[in-house]
Amino acid sequence: MSLSAQRVSRRADGRLILDGVTLAPDEGSTVGLLGPNGSGKSTLLRLLSGILAPTAGVVTLDGTPVADLPRREVARRLAVVEQQVDTQVELTVLDVVRLGRVPHRRAWTPASAEDERTVRAALERTGLTERSGQLWRTLSGGERQRAQIARALAQEPRELLLDEPTNHLDIHHQLDLLALVTALPVTTVVALHDLNLAAMYCDRIVMLHEGRVVAAGTPAEVLTEELVAKVYGVRAVIGPVGEGERPHVRFLGTLA
Amino acid sequence: MSLRAVLPVMAGALVLALSLALAITIGPADIGVSDVWSTVASHLGLGASELTPIRDGIVWQLRLPRTLLAAVCGAGLAVCGAVMQSLLRNPLADPFVLGVSSGASTGAVLVVVLGVGGGAVSVSAGAFAGALVSFGLVLFLSHTLGGTTDRVVLAGVAGMQLFSALTSFVVMTAADAETTRGVLFWLLGSLGGAGWTDVWVCLAVLAVALVVCLSYGRTLDAFAFGQDAAAALGVSVARTRLVLLCVTALLTAALVSSAGAIGFVGLVLPHAARALTGPGHARLLPVTALAGAVFLVWVDTLARTVLDPQEVPVGVVTSLIGVPAFVAVLYRTRRA
Repeated sequence: MSLSAQRVSRRADGRLILDGVTLAPDEGSTVGLLGPNGSGKSTLLRLLSGILAPTAGVVTLDGTPVADLPRREVARRLAVVEQQVDTQVELTVLDVVRLGRVPHRRAWTPASAEDERTVRAALERTGLTERSGQLWRTLSGGERQRAQIARALAQEPRELLLDEPTNHLDIHHQLDLLALVTALPVTTVVALHDLNLAAMYCDRIVMLHEGRVVAAGTPAEVLTEELVAKVYGVRAVIGPVGEGERPHVRFLGTLA
Repeated sequence: MSLRAVLPVMAGALVLALSLALAITIGPADIGVSDVWSTVASHLGLGASELTPIRDGIVWQLRLPRTLLAAVCGAGLAVCGAVMQSLLRNPLADPFVLGVSSGASTGAVLVVVLGVGGGAVSVSAGAFAGALVSFGLVLFLSHTLGGTTDRVVLAGVAGMQLFSALTSFVVMTAADAETTRGVLFWLLGSLGGAGWTDVWVCLAVLAVALVVCLSYGRTLDAFAFGQDAAAALGVSVARTRLVLLCVTALLTAALVSSAGAIGFVGLVLPHAARALTGPGHARLLPVTALAGAVFLVWVDTLARTVLDPQEVPVGVVTSLIGVPAFVAVLYRTRRA
């Protein structure tokens, strides 16, 4: 439990976006954040990364409040992959991945051999070695997400936060990306829209609804027909399929 | 530093040195490169000059400070443009387009013409205050308008118009024979009156600003994907913005109080330099500075010789080059 949030709340423009959420992923596990639009998934991820400060409660890294740690120190162990990012700068894949070394490098010194080794390993891991010279703007959506994940890996994180990384990807790239992420030896918190993808790849699932945790546990514990009806307002049949008996959600329609 | 990193900087420095030496020899009085060298050498205490005092004065009191000021202004404006473009994630950012130069002009004329501050405030301090006020206003306006690339530029246009009008108004109220010339100087820029004091002040500010910006080089790299991404890479976004916006405003102010508001140098040169060096600021900033210096040395040489004996304000020439470049950058980013 290196990363944990204890009863964090966030209020913006007088509205309570998160209301007393507690989250403590096991080290090395993958936790999926589920919930409808506006349920607070992105806000929770921003609180976990320390980019936003909670209005109540505390986020800690190894027991120290993240707000008390220098940003650089946080960035050396916790990496973030945002939903969709873009740039007008003419960057190659290699340039993007090298950004991951920014928190590790000192001003006025060139990249060390270790920096270059880490960047190469991150490219290797994400299958981008061949594409390292390609320009960012020529990459497809899936390749861009891979490049961002490679950049995150170059930070050598112990915690990785991803906000709907599979958005706008075709099914092959969605599965491919989640398989890559969940195989990484880091604690991962990932916000997802797709219940079945979450069931397939996450060790635990936290269901958010109107800023509160309404269920948390293994995919089979959380994904029930009653909860899906209550949170999403849809009718569904849920049954275990395949090896590991992970739940599969089949939607029937919206509730009147 | 690897050879690949140092090579463009060394090449740029060489081109700059040659440009300076050549540009000084060009002008109505016929002066050769060897005359320039002997003048410079004699003033540095290395042997006596064989030139007449008049020719010596032309080199040492007129052409040399003017050419050096052109180099310093070009370098400074280009660096300001590069830093603003990266920090605001806006390829059209530049001290002139964003109205910072115009604000500095207004601040300067308030001190020079109206005597605001009663002598206790220097021209440069007035220009700095003007630059900060206009920069703050433009950033506030663009934020209120939605903060997208085009909004920032539109807010800049509004700011530039406002402060140009204020500058013209203030200069006109003084209404002496020099008025029209004064308006032209502050709105379009001129290196005509350059003296050694201008050169030293601007060079000192440029040196400090360059060191600060270079120390933020990697931080600026981290802004490529926006400020949240930069924060996630360990950057203190608020502090970086404050420091770099103040430094660029200060540098702009120093340059404007010596040479007026020369437009578009900060817009054009960073794009050209980026094509040479790639996006990393550790190499981009020095090369941008050198490219800006070489560019303005030659533009000023052109400005003072093309209609000889009439002089074209240097800002007219930079705008004639800058506007097409502005359109080209706008065209390239139309997908955004």
